[in-house]
Parts: sequence; structure tokens; C-alpha cells
Amino acid sequence: MFDTLTGRLGSIIDRLKGRGALTEADVKAALREVRIALLEADVALPVVKDFIAQVQEKAIGQEVLHSISAGQLVVKIVHDALVEFLGQEVVDIELKASPPVVIMMVGLQGSGKTSMTAKLGNYLAKKQKQKVLLASLDIYRPAAREQLRTLGQQCHIETLPILAEEKPLAIAERALQMARLEGYDVLILDTAGRLHIDQDLMNEVVAVRNLAKPTETILVADAMTGQDAVVIAKEFNEKVGITSIALSRIDGDARGGAALSMRAVTGKPLKLLGTGEKPDQLELFHPDRIATRILGMGDVVSLVEKAMESVDQAEAEKLALQMQKGAFTFEAMESQLLQMNKMGGISSLMGMIPGINKFQDKITQAGVNDSFIQRQIAMIRSMTKQERKDARLINGSRKKRIAMGSGTSVQDVNKLLKQHRDMSDMMKRMQKLGKKGFLRQGLQGLMPHR
Amino acid sequence: MTTWFKRLKEGLKKTSSRLSEGITTLITHRKLDDEMLEELEELLISSDLGVATARDLVQKLAKKRYNQNITPEEVREIFAEEIEILLNPCALPLTPKGASKPFVVLVLGVNGAGKTTTIGKLAKQWKDQGYQLSLVAGDTFRAAATEQLEIWAKRANVPLEVAPTKDAAGLVYDALQKAQTRGDDIVMIDTAGRLHNKTLLMEELKKIRRVIQKIDPTAPQATLLVLDATTGQNALTQVKVFQEAVDVSGLIVTKLDGTAKGGVLVAIAQQTGLPIHAIGVGEAIEDLHTFSAKDFAKNLMER
Ligand SMILES: Nc1nc2c(ncn2[C@@H]2O[C@H](COP(=O)(O)OP(=O)(O)O)[C@@H](O)[C@H]2O)c(=O)[nH]1
Ligand SMILES: Nc1nc2c(ncn2[C@@H]2O[C@H](COP(=O)(O)OP(=O)(O)O)[C@@H](O)[C@H]2O)c(=O)[nH]1
Ligand SMILES: [Mg+2]
Ligand SMILES: [Mg+2]
Repeated sequence: MFDTLTGRLGSIIDRLKGRGALTEADVKAALREVRIALLEADVALPVVKDFIAQVQEKAIGQEVLHSISAGQLVVKIVHDALVEFLGQEVVDIELKASPPVVIMMVGLQGSGKTSMTAKLGNYLAKKQKQKVLLASLDIYRPAAREQLRTLGQQCHIETLPILAEEKPLAIAERALQMARLEGYDVLILDTAGRLHIDQDLMNEVVAVRNLAKPTETILVADAMTGQDAVVIAKEFNEKVGITSIALSRIDGDARGGAALSMRAVTGKPLKLLGTGEKPDQLELFHPDRIATRILGMGDVVSLVEKAMESVDQAEAEKLALQMQKGAFTFEAMESQLLQMNKMGGISSLMGMIPGINKFQDKITQAGVNDSFIQRQIAMIRSMTKQERKDARLINGSRKKRIAMGSGTSVQDVNKLLKQHRDMSDMMKRMQKLGKKGFLRQGLQGLMPHR
Repeated sequence: MTTWFKRLKEGLKKTSSRLSEGITTLITHRKLDDEMLEELEELLISSDLGVATARDLVQKLAKKRYNQNITPEEVREIFAEEIEILLNPCALPLTPKGASKPFVVLVLGVNGAGKTTTIGKLAKQWKDQGYQLSLVAGDTFRAAATEQLEIWAKRANVPLEVAPTKDAAGLVYDALQKAQTRGDDIVMIDTAGRLHNKTLLMEELKKIRRVIQKIDPTAPQATLLVLDATTGQNALTQVKVFQEAVDVSGLIVTKLDGTAKGGVLVAIAQQTGLPIHAIGVGEAIEDLHTFSAKDFAKNLMER
């Protein structure tokens, strides 16, 4: 899964290199891929369509700056829009009501409601110093109430005593009473799992809602949920009226597109993330984290930012000028390698460039790593001035000398020469595009064997 | 005999499938051109079939009818046919008979998929067919997991082995020995839910398997992965990782009584060819049915 998206975004980058401002055609081509990628991340189709339309509007006409490619810029725009879509800031659980504040958990079977009840109870008790009571209204799933009781015991939180043969509404009433009488700040009602199309069970939970008047009604959904997430969220919102969304099992490797679907279709904030089976494995929702996850890529955004910071503009322009005048010299190459080092070396860049995994094997085979870059710099420094200006001079005996001088092998020197040739070829093509194009191309030109 | 498909339809009368609706909106006697193919592909993806499988199906449709006029019914029919063809080889019911006794069934899957419930349902079916069987409460982790299986064991009227400690592998060893002595036909082992990306938990599963093989090197005769039909593309990864770790022999898909239609199963069938033994269509003990490729395909496409 992961590979397909990064691969796709990589191909966007390939396709869109070397343009000044993003044209409508560029953006459309890129967004077609982003669209498929989002669908693969389980974002629901109507939501994807809506989202893409918004991004398209934002992206057309944006200037491509510095050493990032047009494709990377699109990715950053997509990422930022995703964060915005997901809800920019962290919204805390609403506790502003007269105690006992009632919170109700709803969702499909097995979605993680009972665990989330214990987690939230634990969080409110430990972090917000609330006196919390938990009560399970799940009389259907075998041993569901015992499950909540055990979890409550594990984190020293009171649970409503279990009475056999009691109906959910009656349990809720008893819980409210106990919470009032014993001065609890918060009462969390765990409910049975139900399908949104099960009319009887939906009516049952509505009756509980009408009785308990929860301040928060939280829809708990599995991060692995597929395209049906829109339907689930919409139905629960329409029939029960949810106030926020919790996502369980984000400790898995699902891309979590359901988060976007549910947020978009209900407009309700995501507030909680379940990160494991234990009661303390809870995190407050972070849009940034989920956005990156949905896009399933290394942090392109920080790459873009890093690139803007650390590329020495003057140096780059000098190079570009040199380029326009003549051939791609080893001096130019050295300067590029040094720039790359400045940006944290290849290993740090690798993690940030989408699509790089397409080349990962080749790169590893070719032995390209940070020490390889160091060796390349050493080789260039072992060349004479003439050699650095004209690669054609470097024959067999010169290769031996360069290898000796830099502590490398003739094979290494050959590799360097091959790479230099590849880069020169590309640079020649780049010249047509002028200075701007070159600045953007800098980093990518280093990728071997494209 | 009412098929589960009929049952599903009854339950779902008001919610016609999005896919089917989408196809109708998209096509009203239009020519099957590239634009329409692209939109159909997206509709298939939006039923969890995934990009690769959706492309494949659309190409098959194009091969048959490119540039011709086509009706929504025809599109649905062709897709349903192709999906049925894909799934047919995988529609294999599980028969708990092997060369040696007991027939060991190891049940695994991610958290909340429906493992314990499915064991309860299967136990009932096999018990009714006259097999002598026992259950093993191998989920020693989740709160009240043992109590849950205890209730299912009672409902199915079969004995249950529970662990005195948290040691699942130790429990499995003892339980299998006892089952052998008793001459049980079948032993079903429940396991704790685990996400496939958790290396330690996957190692634990491998250990349980090794322990089983100490007693019978040909066991487990069935290693069943339980999948939740609501799950999206991650189900593919689940299948692949579990398969690699413990050699999954077949699948059971639960919660098909909801509005999710388990489209990812088509991709799974296409990529792994694993048998799909049964489907879960509710929380009651009788809500487990043999998997039928035809019904499943119809359910995906039907309005
Ligand atoms: N790994 C992981 N497992 C979880 C998480 N939340 C719940 N679970 C597990 O998922 C299963 C079902 O959860 P439960 O709370 O019983 O779901 P409910 O049926 O909706 O009440 C249990 O095995 C839980 O331990 C989570 O965030 N991460
Ligand atoms: N609607 C429906 N619910 C199911 C089905 N199978 C299991 N469940 C429910 O899903 C939840 C989790 O099931 P469980 O067997 O405990 O999952 P496990 O954690 O994998 O053992 C429970 O509430 C079950 O009642 C099914 O086929 N349909
Ligand atoms: Mg529960
Ligand atoms: Mg279980």
C-alpha cells in the first residue's frame, strides 16, 4: 500500500519537473494520481472528489520556488489542504456542563468502544483530575460488561455494578442516579455495537440519548475502515447525533482514510486516537499526523521547508550561470554534493522524498549512501584543475591516481564518471529551461541511473 | 431454503448499494468510452475493490463492450459475472476431516474482527453435525475474553479449556493433549486479536503454532484468518502478513450484514487465491453461512 502511493507521487514529480508556475494541466495530471492514492488510502469517493476540487483551485498558478520540484509543491499543497480538511486545531473533550457530565460511546460491533471508554475514563481521571464512573449498556455481546469492569479495575476507575436481566435504558438510568448521588464529575456510557441499519438497536440508543442527554456522543471507528466509513458516520450522525469522532487501532498500518471521510461527511471533529490495547494507549487527535499517514509518505513538507532554508541561493545562482555558459564541470558537481550534505545527507533526504523507494534497490546496489557522497567529494578533490573542467582527460592512469589520492578504487572513479555523464546529459536538456529549471533540478539530478 | 443472500436483501431493502446506484447514475444508455470506464473504475474502488482489481475488471468490461451502447444492468451483470469467475475457485467450505485426530483449527485475526463469535458459530454447526469437539480459550490477553468464549461454549454445548495463567502456548499444549486422550474429532483454538504489524505478537502466534506441531506435526489442519467486511485496503496486508507468518489456510469474512460489502475480498482472492470458507451475517449463533461466489458477487452489484 505504502509503496504505491510514494511511487505515484514520485511519478508526479518526474512528470512535472521544470515548470515556472503550476499550470492547470500540471495540476490536473498530478491530482489524478493523488485522487487514486487517496482512494487507496480508503478515503471515500465523494469525499475525494470534493477534496480534489478544492485543492485544484488552490494549486493552479502557484509559483515553484527554489530547489523543490513542481510535484513536491503539489504534494505540499495537498498535505496542507488535508490538514485543513481534518480540522486544524486539537479540540478537547467537552466537559462544560453541570456534573455529572455524560459522555456516550457509539459505533459498530468491535470498533473499539469499550476500550475507548476505559481509555477516556483513564485520561480524564489521571490528566484532568475528574471523578469518573463507567457504565456498560452492552447486554448483547457475551461478557461485554465484565470486560469493562475488568478494564476499570486495571486503571482504578469505578464501574457501575452489573445486574443481570437489566435493559440498557434501565442501566443508563441507574448509572445516572449513582453518578448524581455519589458526586461523580463524569459518567461515560459504553454502548453495544450496532449496525446503523438495525432500526431497533438504533432506536434503543436514541432512547438512551434522550434520557442521559450526553454532552459528548463519540462515534468510535476502526482506523482500518474502508469506503463504508461515510455511510456509517452519516447514519450515526443523522440518527443519534454525534459530537465527535474517535479512531481506534491507529497502531496498525492502515492509512486511515476513513478519518477524512467521517470528518468530511459529519463536520464533527476528530478528538481521540487509540494507539493500543491498554487503557493508557490514547492520544489526542493530531491532524498533521493523520494527514501524513493518509498520504503515506515521508515528510515531503519538511523536505520542502528544509530545501528552502538550506540551499545557498547565491551559490546556486553562480552554478546556474556557469551552466549556461558551458559544460557541467566536476566543480559544479562538487558544489551540488556539498549542498546535499548541508541538507542532512542522503540518508536524511531519502526518508523525505516520495517516490524514492522506486529507486531504493538501485541506490543500494549502486552503493549510494552518505559515505559514498563523501568519497565522491574526495575523488573530485583528487583531480587536477584541468580534469575537473574536462572529464574526457581522465584516462586509465589518471583514474588510478585519483583512486589512490582519495582512498577509493578505480571502480568508484568509473561510477563517479558515469554519474557525471548522466548528470551532464540531463543538464544539457535543462539548459533549455534556463536558470529557474536548474535550481529546481539540483537535487534530483543526483539520482543515479534514471 | 433461504440463502443468506435473500436474508441480506431483506435486511438491506432500504439501503441499495452505492455501487449499484452509482452505476445507474453514471450510465443511461451511454457509449462505453474512456471517460465512462474511468468513472466505473472509481466506483469499483469505492466498493473497496482496490485500484488494481478495479482496473482489471474495467478492462475486462472494455474488452467486451468498448464503444458500444450499454445499460446499467448490463454493466452490473458483466461485473458480477467477472467477480464470480474470480471468486469461484476460492469458494470452498471447510470440512473438519483429516488423516489424524483431532482436526485442529487455529483461529486468528486482528482485534475485534469476530474470531470468538465465529468460533461459537462454527462450534454449534459442527456439534449439530455430530462431531465431538472442544474449544480452547487462547485469548489470555483481552479483558473478559475467556468469559465471552465460555458463554459461546455453553450456547454450542461444547467443553472449553481455559488457562490457569496468561500462558497461551502452554494452555494450547495441555488442551491438545487432553483432546487427544479424549478422542475429540475437532479442537478449535481462539487467539488474542493482534495487528499484523506487531512483530512480538506475530512471534507469539508462531510459537503457538510450533507448540501445536509438537503434538501433531501435521496440525493445525486449518488456520483460519477472520476478516471484518468493513475493513478497507488494509485487509490485503493483513492476509499477506498473517499468511507469511503462520501459513493461513482459509478465510472467514464477518459482518457482511452491514452496508459494507467486503469488496476487498475480490482483490484478496485475485492476489492470494486463498479459500473463503464462510461468512458471518449477524451476531446470533446461526448467522454463519457457507461462502458462495455467486451470491457475494450479486450482493456487491445488486441494487
Ligand atoms: N491494537 C489495538 N487494539 C485495540 C484498540 N482499541 C481496541 N482494541 C482491541 O480491539 C478489540 C475490540 O475492542 P472493544 O473495545 O471490545 O470494541 P467494542 O466491541 O467496540 O466495544 C479488543 O481486542 C481491543 O483490545 C487500539 O487502539 N489498538
Ligand atoms: N453484525 C455482526 N457482528 C458480528 C459478526 N461477527 C462478530 N460480530 C460482533 O463483533 C464484535 C467482535 O466480535 P468478537 O468475536 O468478540 O471478535 P474478536 O475480538 O475477533 O474475538 C462482537 O460485538 C460481535 O458480536 C457478524 O457477522 N455480524
Ligand atoms: Mg464493547
Ligand atoms: Mg476474541
